[in-house]
Amino acid sequence: MTTTSAPPAPAQPKRRLGDRLFAGSATGAGILILVVLAGVAIFLVTEAWPAITADSADLPDGKSLAAYIAPLLFGTLLAAVIALIVATPLGVAIALYVSYYAPKRLAATMGYVIDLLAAIPSVVYGFWGIAALAPAMVPFYGWAAEHLGWIPFFAGPASTTGKTMLTAGLVLAVMILPIISAISREVFGQAPALHREAALALGATRWEMIKMAVLPYGKSGVIAGAMLGLGRALGETLAVAIVLSASGGITFNLISSSNPSTIAANIALQFPESSGLAVNALIASGLALFVITLAVNMFARWIVTRRADFSGAN
Amino acid sequence: MSTETPLVPVGTRPGSSTPGPVRTRRRLPRYGAVGLFLGGLVVGALLTAVTGGFSIALTVVYGVVLGTLAVYLVSRSVEGRRKATDRLVTTVVTSAFAIAMVPLVSLVYTVLDNGLDRLDSEFFNSSMLGIVGEGGGAYHAILGTVIITALTAVISVPIGLLTAIYLVEYGSGRLKKAITFLVDVMTGIPSIVAGLFAYALFALFFGPGIRLGIMGAVALSVLMIPVVVRSAEEVLKLVPNELREAAYALGVPKWRTVLKVVIPTSIAGLGTGITLAVARVIGETAPLLVTVGIVTGTNLNPFDGRMATLPVFSYYQLTQPGFPPEFGIERAWTAALVLIILVMALNVVARLITRFFAPKTGR
Repeated sequence: MTTTSAPPAPAQPKRRLGDRLFAGSATGAGILILVVLAGVAIFLVTEAWPAITADSADLPDGKSLAAYIAPLLFGTLLAAVIALIVATPLGVAIALYVSYYAPKRLAATMGYVIDLLAAIPSVVYGFWGIAALAPAMVPFYGWAAEHLGWIPFFAGPASTTGKTMLTAGLVLAVMILPIISAISREVFGQAPALHREAALALGATRWEMIKMAVLPYGKSGVIAGAMLGLGRALGETLAVAIVLSASGGITFNLISSSNPSTIAANIALQFPESSGLAVNALIASGLALFVITLAVNMFARWIVTRRADFSGAN
Repeated sequence: MSTETPLVPVGTRPGSSTPGPVRTRRRLPRYGAVGLFLGGLVVGALLTAVTGGFSIALTVVYGVVLGTLAVYLVSRSVEGRRKATDRLVTTVVTSAFAIAMVPLVSLVYTVLDNGLDRLDSEFFNSSMLGIVGEGGGAYHAILGTVIITALTAVISVPIGLLTAIYLVEYGSGRLKKAITFLVDVMTGIPSIVAGLFAYALFALFFGPGIRLGIMGAVALSVLMIPVVVRSAEEVLKLVPNELREAAYALGVPKWRTVLKVVIPTSIAGLGTGITLAVARVIGETAPLLVTVGIVTGTNLNPFDGRMATLPVFSYYQLTQPGFPPEFGIERAWTAALVLIILVMALNVVARLITRFFAPKTGR
């Protein structure tokens, strides 16, 4: 026993070359992520700086940078909020249906199909929006302008092409629907089976069981899913660029043909033909978008981590 | 204690004013609710037909409202408030599900309907060089997409995997927390911002107006790396610690443990995650629009000038179809269809990887 009284530093195993190389490259890759994210911010600021400091007369349209970005920002937020309002209840309903209402055998397939839909490229959603949704919405816009014109959202005159802010918002809603429903489904599925069974055993109806055992548990997951959906809707580019007829300033009128563009769509539409300071102005607007989505995503993550402690869902 | 509690039927509260077992409550027949809802739909259809012109949209709106009301009211009068609320929610959730499926089904139908016309060999065998009007294809764009996506994977997979290995095997303390958080944040970077980043990066070195295939790969990597990290991290975490400890006990150094034990165990999950990450970036349009641009001819060198890619090709064929426009629009739809097929194929491959390479769990 005396020989083991001073073991040769068991906490410090021999560091082989392979170990050091491997640990070093793994750590390096991790740090690279930090560098990339910092790089995104730094390069955007560098390229946006000429536009930020430029005289307003030199910028596109001869307006100041704030005046240039403001309507775009407004359009971005408006379209994303429409999408969120439409998609969140539907996404939660899909998640509830797949988790608790659908026949068990169908549910797994449905979940898979909805996941597949989340993978459809956004440009295809744009195609669908312009070819199927926009024409289908035209009669409704005419009807809304006639009967609901007293609501500012439907002030009209109604667009005859259907390329309106409401159409863009609906396309975005369809796009983020699979995201919201996938995340909601995940948290609903994790609601403790004991709680659910206890509720049912006490004689609760299915809805009471969901209301008492599932929704309180899944609430922050739904919020986080909605926030991630919002992040995607804010940054969505081509679906909006294709669907929206962007030729106006700030307006709450959702069904006319003059709408504010969104930041991302504006970049996609203007960037290929721009040069000089106009490019810098576009990058400045991209920087604004970056900051907003960053804030939204951080908020979503904060909600998720805040509840991760007691949910057991890591 | 059982001697003190009186034997009462389940569901009856002692002292309640209406004693009696639950089972004697009246219930709707098994398919009663469905029948009522369908009845509401039919009434809705009739209503639209009577009040000027039959239209599917109006039928759905009236029908769902009437059907839901019918179910609720009848159930309320027969079964009571709680049961009626349950039926109401069931009806609402099911109709919301059905309504939400409509655009998704419509999307698939529209793309198939418009895209199948030009899904011919010419589409896959010719570029757009010198094409005005009919004919032409996406040969150059498909190759461009394959090259740029492959480059993206070459950049992202090592970085993403190593980061995941760092997070699971090596990381600790604040650096790990910071990286986890930033990877999450990176997942939410808008694709167009990733494109602008690549543009800004290369414009600093090569001057403004630069367009290269490799820029597109860099932009897509910004989008793909976090996806790879997230999925790989989840999979690596699933590897049981006992396996690692067994390897250590045999004197295997840590890096060999990771390479020979952890990664082979999780190879199926890693393959699935990478395939899904590729599927995610292969359809990205916006970053390629600002970094790679579009050409009509075939350029296979990602380090020299603009390239064509399938999503951008599709976008430009739709928005700038040339004259006469119908041929460009047909090409755009077919390109969109090919894109969807690619994404779906990758998803199926991911599933197959899971099925065939999953570690044997049996004993």
